[in-house]
Amino acid sequence: MHAEEKFTYETWPAAPEKSTLEAKNKFLGFWFFLGGETVLFASLFATYLALKDKVPNTNMPLAKDLFELPLTFVATMLLLTSSLTSVYAMYHMKNFAFSKMMVWLGITALLGAGFLGLEVYEFSHYVHEGHKFTSSAFGSAFYTLVGFHGGHVAFGLLWCITLMLRNAKRGLNLYNAPKFYVFSLYWHFIDVVWVFIFTVVYLMGMVG
Amino acid sequence: MSTYAQKKGFGATLWDFLTTVDHKKIAILYLIAGGLFFLVGGLEAVFIRIQLAVPNNDFVSAGLFNEIITMHGTTMIFLAAMPLIFAFMNAVMPLQIGARDVAFPFVNAVSFWLFFFGGVFLNLSWFLGGAPDAGWTSYASLAIASKGHGVDFYILGLQISGFGTLMGGINFLVTIINMRAPGMTYMRMPLFTWSTFVTSALILFAFPPLTVGLVLMMFDRMFGAHFFEAAMGGNTIIWEHLFWIFGHPEVYILILPAFGIFSEIFSMFSRKRLFGYSSMVFATVLIGFLGFMVWAHHMFTTGLGPVANAIFAVATMAIGVPTGIKIFNWLFTMWGGSVKFTTPMHYAFAFIPTFVAGGVTGVMLAAAAADYQYHDTYFVVAHFHYVIVGGVVFALLAGTHLYWPKMFGTMLNETLGKITFWTFFIGFHMTFFIQHFLGLWGMPRRVFTYLPGQGFETANAVSSFGAAFMSVGVIVMLINIIVTSVKNVKVGNDPWGDGRTLEWAIPSPPPFYNFKQLPLVRGLDAYWIEKMEGKKGMTPAEPLGDIHMPNSSFLPFIMSLGLFIAAFGAMYHVDKVSWALPVMILGLLITFGAMFTRSVKDDHGFHIHKEELMDDDDKGVKA
Ligand code: HEM
Ligand SMILES: [Cu+2]
Repeated sequence: MHAEEKFTYETWPAAPEKSTLEAKNKFLGFWFFLGGETVLFASLFATYLALKDKVPNTNMPLAKDLFELPLTFVATMLLLTSSLTSVYAMYHMKNFAFSKMMVWLGITALLGAGFLGLEVYEFSHYVHEGHKFTSSAFGSAFYTLVGFHGGHVAFGLLWCITLMLRNAKRGLNLYNAPKFYVFSLYWHFIDVVWVFIFTVVYLMGMVG
Repeated sequence: MSTYAQKKGFGATLWDFLTTVDHKKIAILYLIAGGLFFLVGGLEAVFIRIQLAVPNNDFVSAGLFNEIITMHGTTMIFLAAMPLIFAFMNAVMPLQIGARDVAFPFVNAVSFWLFFFGGVFLNLSWFLGGAPDAGWTSYASLAIASKGHGVDFYILGLQISGFGTLMGGINFLVTIINMRAPGMTYMRMPLFTWSTFVTSALILFAFPPLTVGLVLMMFDRMFGAHFFEAAMGGNTIIWEHLFWIFGHPEVYILILPAFGIFSEIFSMFSRKRLFGYSSMVFATVLIGFLGFMVWAHHMFTTGLGPVANAIFAVATMAIGVPTGIKIFNWLFTMWGGSVKFTTPMHYAFAFIPTFVAGGVTGVMLAAAAADYQYHDTYFVVAHFHYVIVGGVVFALLAGTHLYWPKMFGTMLNETLGKITFWTFFIGFHMTFFIQHFLGLWGMPRRVFTYLPGQGFETANAVSSFGAAFMSVGVIVMLINIIVTSVKNVKVGNDPWGDGRTLEWAIPSPPPFYNFKQLPLVRGLDAYWIEKMEGKKGMTPAEPLGDIHMPNSSFLPFIMSLGLFIAAFGAMYHVDKVSWALPVMILGLLITFGAMFTRSVKDDHGFHIHKEELMDDDDKGVKA
């Protein structure tokens, strides 16, 4: 089967993620999917902005009482770095350096897991302060927006690990190269969304 | 693999359809399922008209009436009109661009099964404690207060089928961009393909807001959130915005493919190239773009303020311009053509004045100040039925007649077709024309009855009488389908004799690989060009070679079934029943398990070898 054809460094095409029709379709289709996801997050952001600090009584914590820079800054750094490491992984993918790619993907996954860990800690911290999903419209909107992003990260982790395990033994070919590539696109996307969350939710939240 | 023409047992056929990834078979599935939901929604409409036929009627109770109107609207938009449109897109678009299938055949099957299970889930509400009753727009204050599980069925059912639609949109976009035959440039694409393209883009950007709206409402109703509850800081208007940011593009998602079908019909049966092709393309794209700028015209009376109302009013009226361009192009296509009054052409002809009437009332409604009078009256009901029935449903009926031979290899009876047309056409105007006046006289929409002596009796009786005519039309059509299928007289490539585009250059129904050799496209109306030069078919663009095809799979069915099961768990979780959570987890496991299987199990498809393709020739299967 030509998709499983064995390659060497010399025969490996320059753009393996787009060198078969299937791969081209996957590549383009995924971009469209990300377009839809953008609208999805835009709707969540709009909802959040409309409901920010909308709480039923004055004892409840507001954005400026809750958010602290150090924790979210570390989380942001973890995720931004993971985006960079996934770029390294794709660089090695294009150079047909399978094991280097796997190492960088592994680092990406670890950073992503670290981010998720921090997020779980952060959420439980807020819940202790009385900022719950069910306590106010503000709470519902906050956990929905940030949680949707967190859910995307978790899904991305599962995806990354599945890809790594499935292809651990067989190396790169034109069938799985686009799969890795598409994953990296997804990972960049959730990184970009996080940049907006960091700005709109946390930075603007702390300002007031 | 050249066995597709042979007779199969019922079980084998069923299995074939459950596992198919072939766009032509998926089209048939959409046609059957969408058709059945159309009948269900039609029955609900008949119940509405019986209840309203006379004043103070008690055919149904007020509560049941609310359920019926909600289910009628929801079913017709999401489970009848959209799937039927998808049926034609699937059946025709890949053929029109000279492709062997869509870009993602597997995903195509997932799309269908998600729609199907979502629709079944929604309709099961009738048997499981009551249907949703907050209207097809399900405004949050009503929906949150609605007792029982009706609205939960709405939320989850639409969520599931919505995913399917979204994936379908992406699939068609990629197909049209990447899979066009050699020579098929964008400006040579038939208009139906163009409208599929723009519609798919609308789906891609319009469905996510609906998804978000449904998620928020699901969180509010099932998981204790407070998005729409003012007492907890929530805001009920958010739903209206999200719903209409989806909802207005949705009406163009419905009408653009209808425009596409009519464009094909006008040029086929005027036997003339479509007048103003490039302005048609331009108008389609422009309508799609403007469609996103006007959603607040559904919220003029919400209190957004005069500035917002004015902006949205002007934007709304602007859509009339590209629509007008289209109307004139269709008229000029017929002008000087040798018009042939086939059944599809009857619908196309009737569509023009009907749709213009709907557009005029649309512009009337768009005058924000005047809309305070019209809003929530029968005038609005008349408006949207003129555009949706007079536009979309006419196109679907026309398309059924036009493409039936391509999908099933046999022609629907023309005489019965014309009987359907006339009864449906007369019935339609009888039902809905008078509703404009009912609205202007002050009859509100969504009321289950009215008192005698208010001047509404005669008009309502007329309206209900018209509904009976429409029903007769649909029944005649069903008879037509049965008679035709039993007789099953096979037809050739171009049964209308006036085919212009690629789908008419190949057998009816086409072999499963569509084109033995990809055709070379030399201009707009590719097949017509060849016919005019006296050739029998298309010139191939490639030598005969192996064809790569995807494998069929049962996974799409299982994936969708999982979500269907999970939805029951999510819904009954609210009642604190012990099995709810396990069922939800089980369902999700099934879905994710199927996705996982798909991901780790390689599926490279298979090749049809050159020799087998040559064999097909010997058996008389032309390509
Ligand atoms: C020139 C084009 C059009 C204009 C200017 C227009 C304008 C409007 C306006 C202003 C309303 C809100 C009326 C109110 O609730 O008070 C409305 C309602 C509606 N329109 Fe249109 N429209 C146009 C075309 C269409 C088309 C093509 C469709 C569908 C294929 C459509 C479907 C609907 C539906 C379903 C509603 C009612 C929604 C509901 O409240 O349940 N319209 N239209
Ligand atoms: Cu609208």
